[in-house]
Amino acid sequence: MGQFIARRVLLGIIALMLAMLIVFSLSRVKGDPRYFFIGEDSLGIDPAVWEEWGRRLNLDKPVPIQFALWMRDILTGDFGDSVTTQRRVLDIIREKAPNTIQLGVVAWLLGTFVGVPLGVFSATNRGNTLDYIFRGFALFGQSVPIFWLALVLIFVFAVNLGWLPSGTKGEGVAIRNFVLPAVTLAWFPAASYLRITRTAMLEILDSEFIKFARAKGVAQAPVRWKHAFRNAIIPPLTLSVFVLFGLLNGTIIIESVFAWPGLGRLAIDALWATDYPLLAGLTIIYGMAFVVMILSLDIIYAVLDPRIKYN
Amino acid sequence: MIEVLRRYPVIPALIIALLLFTAVAEQWILPHNPERADLRVRHTPPFWMDHEDASISYFLGTDALGRDILSKIIAGARVTVLVVVAAVGTGIIVGTTVGLVSGFFGGIVDDVVMRIVDAWNILPGLLIILVVVLVLGQGLWTLIGVLAMISWPGAVRLVRAETLSLKSREYVSLARVAGASNTRIMIRHILPGVVNIVIVTATLGTGNIILTEAALSFLGAGIPPPEPSWGRMISEERQYIDAAWWTSLFPGLVIAMVVMSGNFLGDWFRDRVDPTLRQL
Repeated sequence: MGQFIARRVLLGIIALMLAMLIVFSLSRVKGDPRYFFIGEDSLGIDPAVWEEWGRRLNLDKPVPIQFALWMRDILTGDFGDSVTTQRRVLDIIREKAPNTIQLGVVAWLLGTFVGVPLGVFSATNRGNTLDYIFRGFALFGQSVPIFWLALVLIFVFAVNLGWLPSGTKGEGVAIRNFVLPAVTLAWFPAASYLRITRTAMLEILDSEFIKFARAKGVAQAPVRWKHAFRNAIIPPLTLSVFVLFGLLNGTIIIESVFAWPGLGRLAIDALWATDYPLLAGLTIIYGMAFVVMILSLDIIYAVLDPRIKYN
Repeated sequence: MIEVLRRYPVIPALIIALLLFTAVAEQWILPHNPERADLRVRHTPPFWMDHEDASISYFLGTDALGRDILSKIIAGARVTVLVVVAAVGTGIIVGTTVGLVSGFFGGIVDDVVMRIVDAWNILPGLLIILVVVLVLGQGLWTLIGVLAMISWPGAVRLVRAETLSLKSREYVSLARVAGASNTRIMIRHILPGVVNIVIVTATLGTGNIILTEAALSFLGAGIPPPEPSWGRMISEERQYIDAAWWTSLFPGLVIAMVVMSGNFLGDWFRDRVDPTLRQL
């Protein structure tokens, strides 16, 4: 098992280094990378500043060395300074991250606790009206553009009914402000959970040991939850990491609809300000977070499912 | 009749056919010039609304500049189809080739390819797209490129897995004994075996690509103006949602319908090709 985890960690590190190489190469495809780091003012670029940036980016050294030095900076937490605000990229990200994490976690919990039980219900009531309704809800959730769903929900619940605020987080943690963005974000994951749980449950419910348990006279509820659901948990568990990762994408879109002061909006603002260090820093941090999540999933698997072989 | 509808995805197929027809026949079926503004008719509601300006001429109403919504949707269809077909096509061709080579030769080639695929998979899709747009600038070709870029790794994995299982089959060994070259074995003997799974992935991935394209256009990083785009229609009109809901409702519905049809067709293909993969 130790060897298994060591191998996964090694693969994760290699993937991360290659991902950093991709981000690094993107800054060089247009020739001189200095254009992405120096904010131009009306007088053009001061030659002294230009030279200084050449030194800071190690442009006098060969490209592989430049990459190695850049990577060393990042691993020591130095993602450079934002072009627009001149603040350290890591500080900006640290400041905005809690807002995105709160929203993401709320949406993730909502998606899980709606999608998984509905999936179990759908599987155990296969073919009845509610099963069709839930599957329709899932199909809808996987097909609508979320920015449009957000606007529709704003139109209904904020503009027409006036029940909920249409945007922004406000001070502190007010549940009212979370409802619309979280529901919008959670819809797609809930749909994915529903489908995957339903499939897994149907497969297990069809197996011999369930029939045997039923024949033995075990009641309906324990068969469903104790025998079947426990064995159907791996697919939704795998999905959960990808859902979390997908939510990071979702927040980029949703935060700009709801004027949410998080990392997603930061990314869009960075794009419009051509703030390469900020956007690249965000991309790498998200990549790192994903590697950590996948590794934790591998370890959880190994604990949960003793059938997994370590090779 | 109902039996046919139940067994075959007739309605999704019709919707996709209508979309393709619209994209091809755009100039003959446009009711109005989608780019001509006419402020006298701004925010005319759809024809069935009880409103003095509502007329059959502006079937789905008009936007803030008096442009016909239906015409803009029709004009947007061509760009969407062009971008999505080009992106999915490129992604699938690259992904299939790489997967085939990687699975067939194995060893160091396979290791290198799989590590690159791993690296692509940990990069957050939308963010790396934004980085590329920042570096290369917004444009139709950039958009097609980034969408192809996020669709190829999925195909690599599937094709590689399928190739691994096919290359150990007896008929492949026999072909080798008969003197077939590596290239010939890959193209004539293994490729036909992976084509099914490639079609399924392409169809199922299309919905996702359309949604990503729409999101990018909504954020302003996708199809550049003045080219019409469904995603941008929604973002341009979102401030009027309380006064003129039809301006953003219809483009969104069209996107949802197209994506849903694509997903339906993909599911159907998959069940026909390999019933063990059935999900719903």
